[in-house]
Amino acid sequence: MSKIRSNPSGVKLDRRTFLKGAALGLAGTALPLDKTDASFWEAFFQKHFREMNDDEKKKVIQRLEKEYEQKYKKAIHIGSEKPMPGVLFGYGLDLSRCIGCRRCVYACVKENNQSIDPQVHWITVLRFKKGEKWIDLEESEKYYNPQNVPEPGYFYMPVQCQQCENPPCVRACPTQATWKEPDGIIVIDYNWCIGCRYCMAACPYGARRFNWGEPKRPAEEINPNTHYLGNRPRYKGVVEKCTFCVQRTRNGRYPACVEICPVGARKFGNLLDPQSEIRYAIEHKRVFRLKEDLNTNPKFYYFFAYGR
Amino acid sequence: MVQAVAVKKFFIVFRETLRGSNKYYAWLAFLSFLILLGLSAYIDQLNRGLISTAMRDQVSWGMYISNFTFLVGVAAAAVYLIIPAYVYKFKPIKEVALFGELLAITAITMCILFIMVDMGQPFRVWHILPVMGAMNFPSSLLAWDVLVLNGYLTLNIIIVFYVLYRISHGKDYLPSIWPLIILSIPMAVSIHTVTAFLYNGLPARPFWNASIVAPRFIASAFCSGPALMLIIFQIIRKIWKLDIENRAIFKIAELVAYAMAINLFLLGAEVFKEFYSGTIHVYPIKYLYFGLHGHANLVPWIWAATVLNIIAFILLLLPKTRENFLTLNMGCAFLIIGVYIEKGMGLVIPGFVPDTLGEIYEYIPTMQEMVVTVGIWAAGALMYTLLLKATIPIYTGKVKF
Repeated sequence: MSKIRSNPSGVKLDRRTFLKGAALGLAGTALPLDKTDASFWEAFFQKHFREMNDDEKKKVIQRLEKEYEQKYKKAIHIGSEKPMPGVLFGYGLDLSRCIGCRRCVYACVKENNQSIDPQVHWITVLRFKKGEKWIDLEESEKYYNPQNVPEPGYFYMPVQCQQCENPPCVRACPTQATWKEPDGIIVIDYNWCIGCRYCMAACPYGARRFNWGEPKRPAEEINPNTHYLGNRPRYKGVVEKCTFCVQRTRNGRYPACVEICPVGARKFGNLLDPQSEIRYAIEHKRVFRLKEDLNTNPKFYYFFAYGR
Repeated sequence: MVQAVAVKKFFIVFRETLRGSNKYYAWLAFLSFLILLGLSAYIDQLNRGLISTAMRDQVSWGMYISNFTFLVGVAAAAVYLIIPAYVYKFKPIKEVALFGELLAITAITMCILFIMVDMGQPFRVWHILPVMGAMNFPSSLLAWDVLVLNGYLTLNIIIVFYVLYRISHGKDYLPSIWPLIILSIPMAVSIHTVTAFLYNGLPARPFWNASIVAPRFIASAFCSGPALMLIIFQIIRKIWKLDIENRAIFKIAELVAYAMAINLFLLGAEVFKEFYSGTIHVYPIKYLYFGLHGHANLVPWIWAATVLNIIAFILLLLPKTRENFLTLNMGCAFLIIGVYIEKGMGLVIPGFVPDTLGEIYEYIPTMQEMVVTVGIWAAGALMYTLLLKATIPIYTGKVKF
């Protein structure tokens, strides 16, 4: 399925390692090593996540944990849980229930360590006027700010990464820094992304966010339970987005937005399990997906008339 | 021994770039000043991040990528001189095709610089390389672009070096380099086609997802590049007292007029399709030409470009104005500005406005972005100046081995 070059199983001195070693040696003679700290070069030559074996991953994660600890003065755990076999995650959102309160937006920020300044949100809630053009997103309002929700005469549609089965962003990325995992989640290696933002141009759902500045978040607000491909703190100049809370869902928990939703508009589960709640909803309710005409095949289903 | 001779020859040629009048040194100093200014703005951007630009999640590409796109067109244009020069053996142009190839080398270098300054993590650029990194080939059009741009750059460098080497040794160069020159024609078309496909291949952006984009790219490239060459030829002719025939200049101007006719026709086809169909995909082009919900930043620019392109077309089409250097140069200047707007910000920004969720964010480049851009243009001008300085003595036979 994935087209990345196959990784030789053993730890042999392959051509790449050799080239890197040679380059490192050359660079070492040419550059003043004021950053004597070897981890600078380790970070620079860090391999693509999918090309590392378990040992290498462990080493990288240890180094990153140390770096984060120095930066935030607290212990941060970086998990690397693999996809569970027989699982394909899917998401459902009941538009007739959503009240536009944006609790999901803030629960997501809290769980996933988004930058507070500059402000980064992975979920966008759009407000539409009832009875008017709807599929035309240009008529929606993103910055609505009323005293109380829901407002009469309006309905709301939260949008986040749709975890497409046929993701245009993955196709676009020139360095394979973003890819689709076997459980259907599109992830990003924040240490491999070069920040060209071609994926953002390619995404039809406005789901991807760029770290335009150094992401800032007070240490006491850092969620220390993270995943390498998910909510670990990000860097300036890389792209990030919703991962269905990979750090939670691969450990059998719900995404933060599902848990927080006060009206139960959000559903989540395994699309391959016929008994799952998400499968029941898809089979019994009126379902649509955003921008179906683009054939991206999202695993994010919108429902209406759910249960009432 | 052989190396020593080669090094010596290199220094003989290099020495030529150091010699010049006070005006020449003033020009170098001026360009160096702009480059340093741009460099300092770029270092600030490296420290603060791309937040120092006006780009945001809604409009995630801006002035840098616009300049990149325009310059790919300039680079592709060398071929417009090669076709009549080598294929049809139109001698007056053949003499000057070399300067077109030098311009292609310079333009591609500038393209690479514009990509580098646009990257969030420029030190990770090696991730895009095959073998060392993890190039996403053939899926990603950006990977294709890296390949064809570098291929075209290498090809032009080889051709220019070989031709100069043969000239400096008083030998004929054509027979053995002929296949590479022929190869450079499809390569030039490919760099601009692939760059067009970069935009074209994104169904998320209806403004770009039109099959007319690649033909329009080629047509406009065959306008702006040669127009730039025409002005450069006249400058070279004046400074170095080189014998560049008027016939060559007028012939190129005529070809530019035809390219502009095709460009304007394709634009008309695009405008008709979008406005007559009137689907929701009309918003970006509406934003570009008329403004959307009171947001109209690009409107004066694109109309200026359209008017300039039409005037330039008429000036270059009519033999009377084409063969008058005042109106010819006016036409070229108008055309360069027109295509710079149309194939720069006029192409990139509307792709993002409204964004994929319907938001309108109006992008106006920051001072910092403009200074970096000016710095790269100055670097290009410096590079081209030095290349001319080194090659013209060989071309005229002043430096011989």
